[in-house]
Amino acid sequence: MIAIVDYGMGNLRSVFNAFKKVSPNQRILVTSDPSLIQAADRVVFPGQGAMPDCLRELSERNLTESVIDAARNKPFLGICIGLQMLNNFSEEGNIKGLEIIDGKVIKFKPKNHFNKVPHMGWNKVHRPKNHFMWNGISNNERFYFVHSYYVQPQNRDLVAGECVYEKPFCCAVSKENIFAVQFHPEKSSQAGLQLLQNFTRWKV
Amino acid sequence: MLAKRIIPCLDVTNGRVVKGINFVDLIDAGDPVEIAKKYNDQGADELTFLDITASSDNRDLILGIIERVAEQVFIPLTVGGGVRAVNDIRRLLNAGADKVSINTAAINNPSLVSNAAERFGSQCIVVAIDAKKTGNDWEIFTHGGRNPTGLNAISWAKEMVRRGAGELLITSMDKDGTKSGFDNELNAAISSEVDVPIIASGGVGNLDHLVDGIIEGKADAVLAASIFHFGEYTITEAKNYMRQKKIEVR
Repeated sequence: MIAIVDYGMGNLRSVFNAFKKVSPNQRILVTSDPSLIQAADRVVFPGQGAMPDCLRELSERNLTESVIDAARNKPFLGICIGLQMLNNFSEEGNIKGLEIIDGKVIKFKPKNHFNKVPHMGWNKVHRPKNHFMWNGISNNERFYFVHSYYVQPQNRDLVAGECVYEKPFCCAVSKENIFAVQFHPEKSSQAGLQLLQNFTRWKV
Repeated sequence: MLAKRIIPCLDVTNGRVVKGINFVDLIDAGDPVEIAKKYNDQGADELTFLDITASSDNRDLILGIIERVAEQVFIPLTVGGGVRAVNDIRRLLNAGADKVSINTAAINNPSLVSNAAERFGSQCIVVAIDAKKTGNDWEIFTHGGRNPTGLNAISWAKEMVRRGAGELLITSMDKDGTKSGFDNELNAAISSEVDVPIIASGGVGNLDHLVDGIIEGKADAVLAASIFHFGEYTITEAKNYMRQKKIEVR
């Protein structure tokens, strides 16, 4: 069973639809029940909106502990703010994150009006290393992004994908059982669906 | 590099996707899922659905279309037309829309944009701006360009971004339906004043217009309806042409 963590921030229907599409026979749940997150074989941690709001909602729904527990123990996919929240610190609200990944979350500061914020649209993802999650996806494939903040891991070994927007930034992180991406695989057409399908098969 | 986007726009009325010119002689364009899949296969970067239903009674019928498309097509979906309240936005997002475009309601009630951005995040709030040249400036018009509002288009664009719009969809009412190209002067003027992406709309008749919209109009995305619906060009052809002109596309 795959649990998609629902903490009331935004719409998880497209994440659910995309998993249904790539894995029609698997049980997929959108849930805010900590016991189901504990019971799940795999956990998806999406997010949209502002990171301080996301963390607050997570905590108010008593989900923080089960998310941290899942991130330490089983295949775990972070998406967008779900990636950002795993870090130690965020410039958005100057707050502490879940401290699962050594890194910080930084705001894009464009030098001119030609690099708009949010970074919105399809951009190329370069892979500094191979990973099971990239199987069947070409290097420099484009994925759909929409975000104003990006993550900067302390250790380059954590970087599983890089993108360029004014300058290179980390757009995918891998650490043991965790794979987390800044882009939206559920909105990235074929390449995104391939990544989600890989997640349903990833053995850690 | 971030790709410039091509967005086909589909008109919906009474729960059907239709095609016609200037909203007359509307004929069924076919099954919405099939059309959306076709555009997706051709490389459309997003899809926009515009509800042109005249009466508010039948507007909910678009929800069924969005639900069906969102189960099969995995690119961003935007819905606009008749969005008046935070609750309309919530229902569209729940049906599977990724972004909702607000037009007249933003003029009647600018706090709708602030409230919606606060509630759902700027990333899903598009403000649609219909503008017409008046003297040396551009003015916002409503009702398909019939009603002037007295609002200056550039100040209005900045105000909407300040209130939380994550993207602006700019339609020139002088150009819409003329097939003579976008109003690139208007788009460039707005694009250089705001930090959020802008989508150029209204007036596309050929592929050079798309190129000009990006280069001269400084748009981040270009939206077109009829050239794609009537099969004059495919999205693949549009992308190949833009690529030839050294525009970064997906």
